[in-house]
Amino acid sequence: MAIAYPKVAFSRTLRALLIPLLALLAALVTGAIVMILSGDDPLAAYSGLFQGAFGDGKGWARTIRKTIPFILTGLSVAVAFKVSLFNIGASGQFVMGTIFSVAVGINFAGLPVFIHLPLALIAGIVGGMLWGAIPGILKVYTGAHEVIVTIMLNYVAALFGGWTVYAGGTQGQTPGPLWDETAGAISETPDVLASAQIPWLFGPPYRVHYGVFIAVAAALFVWWLIFKTPLGFEMRTVGHNMKAAAYAGIRVNFTIILTMAIAGGLAGLAGAIETLGLNHKFAPEFGGAVGFDGITVALLGQTHPLGVMLAAFMFGALDGGASKMQFESGVPADIIQIIQALVLAFVAAPLIIRMIFRLRQQPLEEAASTVSTSWGGS
Amino acid sequence: MSAIAKLSTTSRMSRRAAISLVLALALVAMAVLVNKTPLGEHTWLRVLFGISALNFTLRATVPLVLGALSGILCERSGIINIGIEGMMLAGAFAGFVAKTSTNHWPLTVSLIFSVAVAVAVGGLMGAVHALFSIRFRMDQIISGTVIIILALGASSYLYNRDAIAEGKFSSIPVPGLSQIDVIGPVLFDNPPITYLALILVLVVHVALFYTRWGLRTRAVGEHPRAADSVGINVNRYRYVNTSLGGMLAGLAGAFLVLEAVGQFQEGMTAGRGFISLAAMIFGNWNPFGALGAAALFGYTQALQNELLLAGVTQVPRQFISMLPYVVTIVAVSGLVGRVRPPAAEGKVYETEGSA
Repeated sequence: MAIAYPKVAFSRTLRALLIPLLALLAALVTGAIVMILSGDDPLAAYSGLFQGAFGDGKGWARTIRKTIPFILTGLSVAVAFKVSLFNIGASGQFVMGTIFSVAVGINFAGLPVFIHLPLALIAGIVGGMLWGAIPGILKVYTGAHEVIVTIMLNYVAALFGGWTVYAGGTQGQTPGPLWDETAGAISETPDVLASAQIPWLFGPPYRVHYGVFIAVAAALFVWWLIFKTPLGFEMRTVGHNMKAAAYAGIRVNFTIILTMAIAGGLAGLAGAIETLGLNHKFAPEFGGAVGFDGITVALLGQTHPLGVMLAAFMFGALDGGASKMQFESGVPADIIQIIQALVLAFVAAPLIIRMIFRLRQQPLEEAASTVSTSWGGS
Repeated sequence: MSAIAKLSTTSRMSRRAAISLVLALALVAMAVLVNKTPLGEHTWLRVLFGISALNFTLRATVPLVLGALSGILCERSGIINIGIEGMMLAGAFAGFVAKTSTNHWPLTVSLIFSVAVAVAVGGLMGAVHALFSIRFRMDQIISGTVIIILALGASSYLYNRDAIAEGKFSSIPVPGLSQIDVIGPVLFDNPPITYLALILVLVVHVALFYTRWGLRTRAVGEHPRAADSVGINVNRYRYVNTSLGGMLAGLAGAFLVLEAVGQFQEGMTAGRGFISLAAMIFGNWNPFGALGAAALFGYTQALQNELLLAGVTQVPRQFISMLPYVVTIVAVSGLVGRVRPPAAEGKVYETEGSA
């Protein structure tokens, strides 16, 4: 990595922002073309989108609330990228974090908030870390590629989560341990106790909670960890060149496992915050697509923690405005998913953007990340 | 070891392939016993080896083996393809749209047309993946991820929930062979894409190991510089192979919509593309190895299904449903250094002197 002299630092920052912003622009334009081709009105859609995201205080609150999980899952993927690991497992880690935090949140009645809430959050981190460590351990000791393992673990986690709240089966299967008995045939947990809920920042109708500060703190922590600590230096070295790192005496295996655990912990924290702050319970359908969104956010943010925060905010706005867009213009909210995929495509292939906007080629440009390591053969 | 020496050995049947062949034969033997003798009175044995378990295994194997063949074509030429899941989904959706808009055509014509559309769209996705990875030098794993997210988003956005596909492929018994006990109804009484998939395993095997195209493909995947120096157009081979791979994934999607289910559901590939990748790795990038691995994974899916239907166990259904995924993890973990991917996989090839 080149040394950043102070006088070029500013233009470096500008350049780092240029490609993501142009990528966003290109994706919005392409999205508009898709809408026109399928008979929708892109102007109405985008104006509805903007209104929904920033039109009033409620919109801002929703946008910020939706930004929180994107920050954390984006960080989860970004941390792994720094070590050339590809974490597609944020969904599963998110679910495990949710389950662990709910398990603590619905129990231990009588604890004061300042003990119960941190305990539930930590439980979420631990759940995610355990789930994230598995692909790390398997990669180190068996060579199993983390892409396949994390994806399979997503399905396993979703099923495991489904079991914990399982209402019981007709063939005498016992209900899951977290199932709410008062919910009858519905598979869900009871609400977490008030002492484990993250309080709202403002009164209703502004639905945003203090979790936003935890997410920002997590981003600052990751920045400090990666760029200011010896461990972060080791992580980046392993990411650049595993063989050289091993030769220099860095514990490569340990670094890989720890990185995957940290990545999992961040996604787990996302699950914990979503649950303790917003949903207040777990039901099998929670989790969903957070993993793939995390990948896009991480790449859009150039895998830098501060970039991830900006990218997450953008995604929060896209998600926050989506329902208003659908309501006002009749354009299905799924178009947002297409736009997000296009953002990812454009940001991961700066050459496309350079070609469209006729930018000069930067000879020493580093790829956002390189994860195409092979499948773990000899 | 030199790349040339490896090239000449990779077509030989691996030990794992031999083991899966033995296992398959044992399975058939058990199936005959269970379905022809009083052993069939044991519920558990019926669950494990009954005709319906075997039928389901084959049905579950088809998309997996097609996906694995897709991966083999791409990766043998040096392009990693984790986008199979997305290409399958795109194929499935395209096939569905084609079918619903040709419902008024004669059934067979409409179905064949829909398969063609699915295959074409899959191939297009493959070409896009190749374009991203070769022309735009995008990281191949990220390019594959883009394909997946794009397919998920586009198929949900364009999906018309009121559309209904009328009719799907029905079985075509092979005259004579389908009369054989046990084996007949399982192997020789299937709809056309199933036969096609099994034939394609052989076709890809022969093409890869016994044709000039196959030798060149493998050379491009192992040592592109060497291939280039004898005048092979490396990137052209990669474009062609990745597009062909996309077509196979599209065919897998067509199978899901036009042969197995008959309708489209959002996200209906449900991880099959990724399990295909595991099958490809487990099968050591060989078509028959991939078939064996796909059959193994297919069998775990069948087992999951049969166990739930038979109600023989009190284990909660979620744990039973984990079977295919856990087996996949165990399979890719149990291969410490014993598989060998194509050497040049994942790397952009640039001719000497170019920027």
